[in-house]
Amino acid sequence: MMTRLKASLLAFAVLAASVGLAAAQEADQPKPPEQTWSFHGVFGRFDQAQLQRGFQVYREVCSNCHRLSIAFRTLENPDGPGYSKAQVKTLAASYQVTNDEPNDQGKIFQRPGTPADIFPPPDAFPNDQAAAAALGKAPPDMWLLAKSISYERGFPWFITDIFTGYQEDGADLIYGILTGYTHKDDPQWNLYYPGHKIAMPMPLQDGAVKYTDGTPDTVQNYAKDVAAFLSWAAEPTMTERKKIGFRAIIFLIVLSGLLYMVKKRIWADAH
Amino acid sequence: MDGHSTYVPKSGIARWFEQRLPIAGLVHSSFVAYPTPRNLNYFWTFGAILSVMLGIQIVTGVILAMHYVPDSKLAFVSIEHIMRDVNYGWLMRYLHTNGASFFFLAVYMHIFRGIYYGSYKAPREVLWILGVIIYVLMMATAFMGYVLPWGQMSYAGATVITNLFTAIPLVGTPIAHWLWGGYAVGDPTLNRFFSLHYLLPFMIVGVVVLHVWALHVAGQNNPDGVDVKDVKRDTVPFTPYATVKDGFGVCVFLVIYAWFVFFIPNYLLSADNYNLANPLVTPAHIVPEWYLLPFYAILRAIPNKLIGVLALASAMGLLVFLPWLDTSPVRSGKYRPMFRFFFWLFVICCIGLGYLGSQEVSDSTTLLARILTIGYFGFLLVALPVLGLVEKTKPVPASIADAVLPKGAAAAE
Repeated sequence: MMTRLKASLLAFAVLAASVGLAAAQEADQPKPPEQTWSFHGVFGRFDQAQLQRGFQVYREVCSNCHRLSIAFRTLENPDGPGYSKAQVKTLAASYQVTNDEPNDQGKIFQRPGTPADIFPPPDAFPNDQAAAAALGKAPPDMWLLAKSISYERGFPWFITDIFTGYQEDGADLIYGILTGYTHKDDPQWNLYYPGHKIAMPMPLQDGAVKYTDGTPDTVQNYAKDVAAFLSWAAEPTMTERKKIGFRAIIFLIVLSGLLYMVKKRIWADAH
Repeated sequence: MDGHSTYVPKSGIARWFEQRLPIAGLVHSSFVAYPTPRNLNYFWTFGAILSVMLGIQIVTGVILAMHYVPDSKLAFVSIEHIMRDVNYGWLMRYLHTNGASFFFLAVYMHIFRGIYYGSYKAPREVLWILGVIIYVLMMATAFMGYVLPWGQMSYAGATVITNLFTAIPLVGTPIAHWLWGGYAVGDPTLNRFFSLHYLLPFMIVGVVVLHVWALHVAGQNNPDGVDVKDVKRDTVPFTPYATVKDGFGVCVFLVIYAWFVFFIPNYLLSADNYNLANPLVTPAHIVPEWYLLPFYAILRAIPNKLIGVLALASAMGLLVFLPWLDTSPVRSGKYRPMFRFFFWLFVICCIGLGYLGSQEVSDSTTLLARILTIGYFGFLLVALPVLGLVEKTKPVPASIADAVLPKGAAAAE
């Protein structure tokens, strides 16, 4: 009798759990968990070492299919990856870029890149149509990816976000997608991608990229670093914006305080 | 601003100029000596806030227009060029985008202040109507401005709103083709929207001048809704009293504005607009900017296309008739408890409609939107006329000074 009761209770528990689990998975898109980002908040800044690792991941893995329409020279930005002028010059020269104007014979030609040039598209996919023909769907240009994707924050976060200054929904979603290939049998099933079916099969494996600063070569680190790098690529002026913003708001608050005291003094006899 | 100003210029040059173009006297009588009711609350600072926001939008807009390219192939890239390469371009862009939102936030506070305190009642009907004209011009400007980045939401929004014209029987589709400059939203549409977006703000400036002129003829309304009886007892000179109070109000508003511009600049924007417009890919979730959401909800709530468009137009158009829809002889909502109740219901309707406008269409959202639409029109067409005839109002103070005196010390001088 006890074992029958225990068994039926256990069966009920398993049934309830599986119904709950199925409901949770079948239900609305799960929200990607919030990560800790060095650039979050009023005093958030990009971590130069992280951006350099993220750029390495982009170059070695993502750039095979994805464009990144930023200029080489932006990699010198001290608020960003902060490479030296010489490093950027060498990097740019390692790419073949199509010249804007034809040569004296009237032929369009390719030449080594300069820091002023923009990263050229992947060799295999000079344009979106070529990429879609080969891959089924054109991989998006990554220069704005971190700002162009988002997820529904829901109540009450869409209110609290105003106060916490949460703007990292793109980064959290990129990290979630890169670490969200949870169905081993289906390489295009993704937990956080809207609709769960993503055209890109899992791009990262442990050890695929060899970091040189001692950071472990894990998928989690690749995902984190490349998401941070892409956040910088989408918004390279973030650091300047937050620095100026802090000073501007302090100034305005002090000015408001002074104006209030003046107002009070002037109106003292009038109310 | 009635009659000649009392301004006496101090220097010889000033007297010479004043005889030829009395602009200093005009400024003096309008913004220095101008008698302002002494019982105004902080809701009256939104006029100054709106002027400042209009100025910010024009200045940042003109600077942006120096770098922006209104061509469908180049518009999106030119904005990223502004964001990344132009010195402080990111600041101009974020000031302008968030400036539009804060312009509307201020205008809604300003409008609801007007409704609550009966500022639209005689003799301020023309002032009110000019205000509605400014509001409509603002919405047109903002709509066209949103199309300019040529993102996915820009293109989708342009398509949805311009398609509304096809609801007009017979001439609707030809009108839409004429507006588009083609058979669908495209490059010609973008080009003309840029031209009109540059033009309309200056029309707004013109109507604002008329608006302030009309205001100065009648004088400000005040929270107690009683007319100024004695200039010395009831009013204070605009400078320094209102100047400093407005300055403080503007500064506090700028603090909140700055928080958005510098720390959450993309909060009010749709992420999808950072994707280049693709006519072949319709966004999963088309949503206009937040300040247009209530009207979007009303439009979607009505199953018939033409009636939906008419409802959208009349939701704004009916505001023009507010001075005549409201029959109450008492001006301020402060002394009209029943009106206050319906006023707050109206506010809830507007906010509710705004929320529903942002959600995907479903049976429950449509039902709720229909109920709130009835509430919206019910307030304007039923509550306002009927309330004036049946409500019991509280006794109105004899004068502004009487309203203010019990609170302060010996205020009457």
